[in-house]
Amino acid sequence: MASLSLAAPLALILALAGCASQPVMQDSIRVNDPYEAQNRRVHAFNKAVDRHVISPVSTRLSGGGDTPSQGGAVNLVINAGSNLSLPGKVVNSLLQGRPEPAIRNFFRFAVNTTLGIGGLLDPAGTDFGLPEQDTDFGETLAVWGVPEGPYLELPVLGPATGRDAAGKVGDLLIDPLYHLLHPDGALAVFGLRVASKAGERARFGDTVDSVLQDSADSYAQLRLIYLMHRRHDLNEGGAEIDPYADTAADDVIDPYAP
Amino acid sequence: MPILPRMTSSTPMRPDRRGVLALMGAGTAAVLMPGGGAWALDANQARALIDRALGEVYRVINAGQPPAQMYREFETIFARYADVDVIARSALGPAARQAGPAALAAYTQAFQGYIGRKYGKRFREFIGSRIEVTGARPLKSFFAVTSVAYLNGRAPMEVEWHVSNKSGRDRFFNIIIEGVNMLASERAEISAMLTARRGDLAGLTADLQRAG
Repeated sequence: MASLSLAAPLALILALAGCASQPVMQDSIRVNDPYEAQNRRVHAFNKAVDRHVISPVSTRLSGGGDTPSQGGAVNLVINAGSNLSLPGKVVNSLLQGRPEPAIRNFFRFAVNTTLGIGGLLDPAGTDFGLPEQDTDFGETLAVWGVPEGPYLELPVLGPATGRDAAGKVGDLLIDPLYHLLHPDGALAVFGLRVASKAGERARFGDTVDSVLQDSADSYAQLRLIYLMHRRHDLNEGGAEIDPYADTAADDVIDPYAP
Repeated sequence: MPILPRMTSSTPMRPDRRGVLALMGAGTAAVLMPGGGAWALDANQARALIDRALGEVYRVINAGQPPAQMYREFETIFARYADVDVIARSALGPAARQAGPAALAAYTQAFQGYIGRKYGKRFREFIGSRIEVTGARPLKSFFAVTSVAYLNGRAPMEVEWHVSNKSGRDRFFNIIIEGVNMLASERAEISAMLTARRGDLAGLTADLQRAG
């Protein structure tokens, strides 16, 4: 089955995640980026893909609309794709020993799949107070105590850590839909989820463009944003900068430096 | 910069003096009991500051003016409620200590306009949204004001504001949106821009006047 062919890359990435290297403090956060040279090459590639393929397509998809309310068809695709991600999130929450988000996502999936016409609409979020409880196998690994690992920029998929890259593979392996469905059905589910991701990219296109195309060093900016956001999501601590302490300490600009 | 002097005269209280007295009187006690008198008062002031700033931001967002005018208004609000000097200095990093006062002032002015444009563009996504201030707590030597942003079709987002009165007035100096820290992000950006200019502050200032 598909699970077997994916086991080898999973083992490889897990080994990568375990790689010990010396993190440094950069712009007030901990950065562990031993593969920076390779990552920057992938980043240049991703940026070109984004500019020439993803950005034009997603602009057309959303009808060039300025407000999030435009592009109704895109919203349907986003809804349907993210609805199909819910069974996997339920499994992850259970693996993390967190029954509450698992139950909420279970009922969200039940409501949106039935009343929401196969997940095209989101009555669970709008009428039942059941917004998506986001999680993934990367978070499950974090709960299990797997270290964050090095920063990685993956082709097309974008920023990750070693642990999150392993998590992406793990998510494919544990998703109940892929196990329950006929291979053709599983492929359709996968396609819809990819389309949903593309739709989200269209919806937040301006913000992505501003980081990717307008930053002086978009690689460093994306790495910083990804790591800060991911650590916040996983409760792995944020950077509290005290610029007043910086100036008072005179020689110390970085309050976290030893 | 006509905005700041006007603001000084309209500030009704001098919370810094009271804060200093409280600290001198009960230094360790205030640290050990962050819920105590002077701290609670400042937490409320910090919260009120963010409430006022958000009110002004939403007034501009909902007024539906042309972008250039909106960005100027956001810049004005930023200058009124944020400690622009310390944000600009912190974003510049160690280079700020070698800079002359005139060059630093020119850089700070350019930085202020850059922030108004850069974040003003992002505020377009906030049309039809609302942000609720949910609380304030002491953190290190300052206050963290927490709020939740409700945007169309998105899960609610946590937005945290860091407020200090070390400049002599209550001002915010950092915004953290779902863990993404504005000060850290601008440190990375400004340092990359300064590197592109091989450390030349005047060149960076010129670039900032066009950026954002």
